[in-house]
Formats: sequence, structure tokens, C-alpha cells
Amino acid sequence: MSGVRVLVGTRKGAFVLTSDGKREKWEVDGPHFAGWEIYHLKGSPANPDRLYASQSTGWFGQQIQRSDDAGQTWQAVGHEFNYDGVPGTHQWYDGTPHPWEFARVWHLEPSLRDPDTVYAGVEDAALFRSTDGGQSWHELSGLRNHDTGSKWQPGAGGMCLHTILLDPVNEGRMFAAISAAGAFRSDDAGESWRPVTKGLRSEIMPDPEAEVGHCVHRIAMHPARPDVLFMQKHWDVMRSDNAGETWHEISGDLPTDFGFPISVHAHEPDTVYVVPITSDSLHFPPDGRLRVYRTRSGGNEWEPLTDGLPQQNCYVNVLRDAMDTDSLDECGVYFGTTGGQVYASADAGDTWSAVVRDLPAVLSVEVQTLS
Amino acid sequence: MIRVGLPAHLRTLAGVGGEVALDLPADGQEAVTLGQALDALEARYPVLLGTMRDNRTGRRRAFVRFFACKEDLSHEPADFPLPEPVLRGSEPLLVVGAVAGG
Repeated sequence: MSGVRVLVGTRKGAFVLTSDGKREKWEVDGPHFAGWEIYHLKGSPANPDRLYASQSTGWFGQQIQRSDDAGQTWQAVGHEFNYDGVPGTHQWYDGTPHPWEFARVWHLEPSLRDPDTVYAGVEDAALFRSTDGGQSWHELSGLRNHDTGSKWQPGAGGMCLHTILLDPVNEGRMFAAISAAGAFRSDDAGESWRPVTKGLRSEIMPDPEAEVGHCVHRIAMHPARPDVLFMQKHWDVMRSDNAGETWHEISGDLPTDFGFPISVHAHEPDTVYVVPITSDSLHFPPDGRLRVYRTRSGGNEWEPLTDGLPQQNCYVNVLRDAMDTDSLDECGVYFGTTGGQVYASADAGDTWSAVVRDLPAVLSVEVQTLS
Repeated sequence: MIRVGLPAHLRTLAGVGGEVALDLPADGQEAVTLGQALDALEARYPVLLGTMRDNRTGRRRAFVRFFACKEDLSHEPADFPLPEPVLRGSEPLLVVGAVAGG
């Protein structure tokens, strides 16, 4: 029988929400790692029982946890993230050179094919890979050592590598996004990288069309059409039809094009979801109304989805890693809020209900579709 | 025997319920330094590597403190000799997480 497992990372632990294919009744398991920040946890596509979790606190630093039984038990694995060689400097907020310093793992991306291979996006921005189930980590330093690396600057949330996309069709192609450096592509399995930012325009930069410096919040891809990418930038929702070579804006009739997450429908590559947020200074939904917006035409024409979502006095945020979809016949859509709610839709966004309402602030939501 | 008290999150991480007892000082060893005690603690519980001191530099993490015999040893160097009551096991070496509120 089919079902879903929703992996929720929060400010104070991880929660696992499970349901059958109807997605009406839910079991809530947690908190795992109570009291720790769980920036992200994600399952292996090659072995859904294999989960990886990023566990950290400001007190005691970074841990990586691994489960081989779908989250029933966990073991701490390797947590040494040493930059390759002597790291140079990037720009600090005041424009002065600042040495690369590891802070935490923002995102874990398991390999599409090998459960023991997993990528980690970290702050200060760098990409690491483990090929032994998380026991040891090695930097893919071609990204950080790109010619532009010394010009990268952190966003207000830190200089984080938060998005890793693995191309399921083009062997060796992968994408990474960094706040506030931009979007990058590798065609050789992460050894070398180049910015893919042509067409992005960010008025917050001295040169709005510079190669690096764009505050990319999230990039999404449909696995059946990996050359088409959707991006939620700091401002602007963007689309690329050529694997990032060029981008064009698809914000269209959105009430605001600021936001964090962006996701693609599991079966309709032109159906995309965003959560508009008022502005970069007002991190809550416009008018206190929590609305997911959906396009069915690949952008520009968006419809608000409100049935079951609070339409007054709602001032939560939805963070970049906190929305995902399942791949059941009727695509499910899920997102978590900084107010601790996890909302689910079993009908592609037409109607919503809260699976839980009072978790700690939600940092990430990942969905596993179980057969 | 040296007794070490850990904050709750590190007890959970290490899988221990109370204080940890270290086999220090070794036979014939007259002094044990703060660094040696922490080395022994990390050797016994490798999961604690990096949680109290930076993995590479050995510097104490900013929000971690080391107390013993009502003294704050946090700013002492790694070769600082632990007080005699700690060596006897009559007083613990305390690893403390900084208080935080809000």
C-alpha cells in the first residue's frame, strides 16, 4: 500500500509524519534530537529507509545523524567539515576580506543512485561529499575556489549553500545555489563550476546584472525535464529553459515576487508552487493571508490557493527548504511555517489542512513517497 | 579517577546518563592537565569531538565553559593542571553550556 513520510526539521528537533495514500490521518513521531536545530533531513532515493539529518546548535556545533530504518533509530556519523587546503577569504558584510569559517550544514542531498553517497551544502558556502554513508566528508573545492569566490558575500542569514540539485538525466551535471553568491552549475560531478546567472537582475547589487552576488533563495527542477529550472530569487521568480544558461522572469501576476521556497508538481512539469512573502523587510504573507500560488503554465499566470489556509492574522514565514511534493497519483504538496504548522494538500494544492499546528519553527520539509 | 559532568545535550549525544568517570590519572601520573582530560573524554566518546573544542584548532567553543572546584578554568591553557580534588575524584570537572534565555 502506498503512503508518504514527511521529514520535518525544526528549531528544536526533527519530526516524522506518516500517512497512507489517502493522506487524511497522520502519525506524528518526534521530537528526534530534541532541543537541537535540525536544518535539514532527507531520505535516499535509492533506499528510502536511509535518512540523513543535519543536527546543530550554537553551543556544541555540528553533528550528522544517519538512520537505516526510516528514522526509528539513528547513529551519529562523521561531522568534520574541513575546507580543502588553506581557505582564502570571501567578502564580509563591510566589504573587508573574511576567512572561510564553517558554521553548519544547511542542506543534505543524497545521491540519486547510491545510498552511501550524500552531498552537504554548508555555511560558509562550500560543497562537501561523503561516499561512505556520512562517516567522512571531503570538499568539492572547485566551487569555493572559483575565480569569483573572493567576491562572494553573505546574506543576512549567513553565506550558505542551501540548494543542491542532481540532474537525473545528464550524468555529472549538478546545480548549487548560494546566498548571496548566486547559482552555479557543474558538468563534471562537482569538480569544476561556473556561475549560471545570465538574465538575473538584482537591484540590491551595485551592478544589477553582475555574474555573482545574486541572492538566490531556491531552485527547483522536474526530474523528467531537467533542463528547465525554476528559481525563487530574493525578488523575482525566474525560469531557465536551458539548464541555467539564461533566465527570464515569470513573476507575472503574483502579488509580490519575494519569497523563499519553490516546488514543481510531481507529474506536471509546468505546474509550479511559490509562497509570496511581503518583502525582504516584512517576512510574512501580504495582508496577513497565507496563500500558496500555483501556475499551471510554467509561469506568469498564477492562482492563489487558499482553501484551508489562514486568511487573516497570519504572520508566519515559509523558509526555502520547507516545501515539497509527493509523487502519488494525485500530487500532494506540503509546507511548514515558522509558526510551527505543517500544511498538506492531497489534491495538488486545491485544499489544505494542517497536519500539525504547534511544532517549533519549521526549517525544512522533505517528502518521501512510499510504495 | 576523574569525574566529568556534561551538559544534557552532550549526555544525550554520548549516550550516558550521569557523570563520566575517566581512568585518569594513570599509574604513576602525578598531574593531569585540562587538555589531557578533554582528550581522554573525546577518545572515549568520539561523538563529542568538536562539541567542546574546535576540531582543528583545539580552541574552546564560545558557548562552552569548564568549571572545577568553584573556579572557572575556561580561559586556562590546555596544559593547565587540574586541581587536586578533581584528580582524587572528590570534585568533578564540569563541562557547562552557556545559559541562554528568551
